[in-house]
Amino acid sequence: METLIQQVVNGLVIGSVYALIALGYTMVYGILGLINFAHGDVLMVGALTALQTMLFLMGVAPGMSPVVMLTIALMVAIPVCMMIGFTMERLAYRRLRNAPRLAPLITAIGMSFLLQTLAMILWGRNYHTFPQLISTTPMQPIEGVFVTPVQIFIVVASALIMIGLTLLVNKTRMGRAMRATAENHRVASLMGVDTNAVIAFTFVIGAALAAVAGVMYASNYGIAHYGMGFMPGLKAFTAAVLGGIGNMGGAMLGGILLGLVESLGAGYIEHLTFGFLNSSYQDIFAFIILGLVLIFKPTGLLGERVSDRA
Amino acid sequence: MPTKPASPLLQLLNLQVSYGGIQAVKGVDLELFKGELVCLIGANGAGKTTTLNAIAGVLPLAGGEIRYNDVKINAIPAHKRLRQGIALVPEGRGIFTRLTVEENLRMGAYSRRDQDGIEADLEKVYTMLPRVKERLAQVAGTLSGGEQQMVAIGRALLSRPKLLLLDEPSMGLAPLVVEKIFEVVQSVAKEGVTILLVEQNANLALEFSQRGYVMESGKITLTGSGNELLADPKVREAYLGEVA
Ligand SMILES: Nc1ncnc2c1ncn2[C@@H]1O[C@H](COP(=O)(O)OP(=O)(O)OP(=O)(O)O)[C@@H](O)[C@H]1O
Ligand SMILES: [Mg+2]
Repeated sequence: METLIQQVVNGLVIGSVYALIALGYTMVYGILGLINFAHGDVLMVGALTALQTMLFLMGVAPGMSPVVMLTIALMVAIPVCMMIGFTMERLAYRRLRNAPRLAPLITAIGMSFLLQTLAMILWGRNYHTFPQLISTTPMQPIEGVFVTPVQIFIVVASALIMIGLTLLVNKTRMGRAMRATAENHRVASLMGVDTNAVIAFTFVIGAALAAVAGVMYASNYGIAHYGMGFMPGLKAFTAAVLGGIGNMGGAMLGGILLGLVESLGAGYIEHLTFGFLNSSYQDIFAFIILGLVLIFKPTGLLGERVSDRA
Repeated sequence: MPTKPASPLLQLLNLQVSYGGIQAVKGVDLELFKGELVCLIGANGAGKTTTLNAIAGVLPLAGGEIRYNDVKINAIPAHKRLRQGIALVPEGRGIFTRLTVEENLRMGAYSRRDQDGIEADLEKVYTMLPRVKERLAQVAGTLSGGEQQMVAIGRALLSRPKLLLLDEPSMGLAPLVVEKIFEVVQSVAKEGVTILLVEQNANLALEFSQRGYVMESGKITLTGSGNELLADPKVREAYLGEVA
């Protein structure tokens, strides 16, 4: 029983991070029909920028409170990632709006390599210890179940961000313009919407989410390096497909579900395979899910259509 | 008929539009004066939709000039043309099917900031289109074709257009609904909005319009007052289904 609750807690934590990343994938897909495979690498840049900022602050102001330091690190990482998102769209994807679908996809993969290579040049190939500014000392709310403050921070912050994003998209003028543009660029422009600006805005928001997710991810595992974006990126993509790509509620649901499946799977995989596999194989669950969804329900749990936009 | 002011509100000079090298509009000249209701008729594929899309700014020109209020607007993007008063109700209505009816209408007022004016205009649209008002919270994709057309027109009106371009508002609709839509178009025209109406239903369009243009294979072949065109044997044969 403790194992079950513990794995649910862990699943919610990592699932929240997947959900934040998946939102970036799904929003960009919703508006452009583009899978931005460089999205995971934006997360990596976010984490490493935050790391760099923290190291700098520790050097110049060693006595600074951890919460202030984390806040400043985020305040640096978020705009840096926003700029990367903006630049990617402006320089690469915008030129390919009307190109055959393969072209932007290949470009996205190229962007991913580019960001990783730049990060490798800047930060080297080593794994860096990521300062865990929020306490990782476990508390025991229930006998045998451990929760750390950083986990609570991740879940609460993700929930707040998702609520804010939902309000932005459903209740504001910009949100309406985003949904209108997602449905039909041409008609949106006939309504006076500067669709280029709306698309750029979508990229920038997605990148900001990735920056936050990157800091959460690195804080959770205590590690950062130039290739760290690949796995969470792939998993969040799986989460977005699971929920129904293009659908924001789906991305949130898919992220949390994937986190739970993965975590529960990791907790029980040894029993299930009679000791043949252990929890270090937890990554396989994401890919089993991706395979199953693509075979049996390609529209995902909440997606209503996969049709190409004309 | 109102006396024509010196310069037209909209002027197409040798307008040319191509799709990947194939010319769809091959040098169209057309002018529209303030307050007029003018129709553009022609067979399938004549280039009517292409012409309207070019005026609204969602298609680039291959040549020629679009002048609005005596200013060349060729290079102005669609979203800015709307702000200058050019609204297009596109062929096939272009409803945002996943937005609610109210959100669709409000999209029309997207570039306006005068909240009070927007609310007042919404009320006006509701009075004009009572069926729409009953369905404000409904997702627009669930509306009937006629209702969607009403929403599309209402939405365009919410931008407070000076020039309204209508692309086959009667397409696929039952005669009673078509009649209702033409009543709406006429009342909009009465308020002083200049209208360029593209129609397959030439009979109806010419009856309602002060002037008309006939388009064939990308060119204007005939123009005149509504009544002249209605009486023209060529028009009667080609578009009104009569044997000359
Ligand atoms: N997106 C496009 N790509 C290529 N050719 C096009 C495109 N849209 C229209 N055409 C071609 O341009 C010509 C004019 O088309 P257009 O849609 O303007 O005609 P229309 O007069 O509006 O016809 P209808 O009454 O059927 O709506 C046609 O020959 C059509 O095949
Ligand atoms: Mg047409």
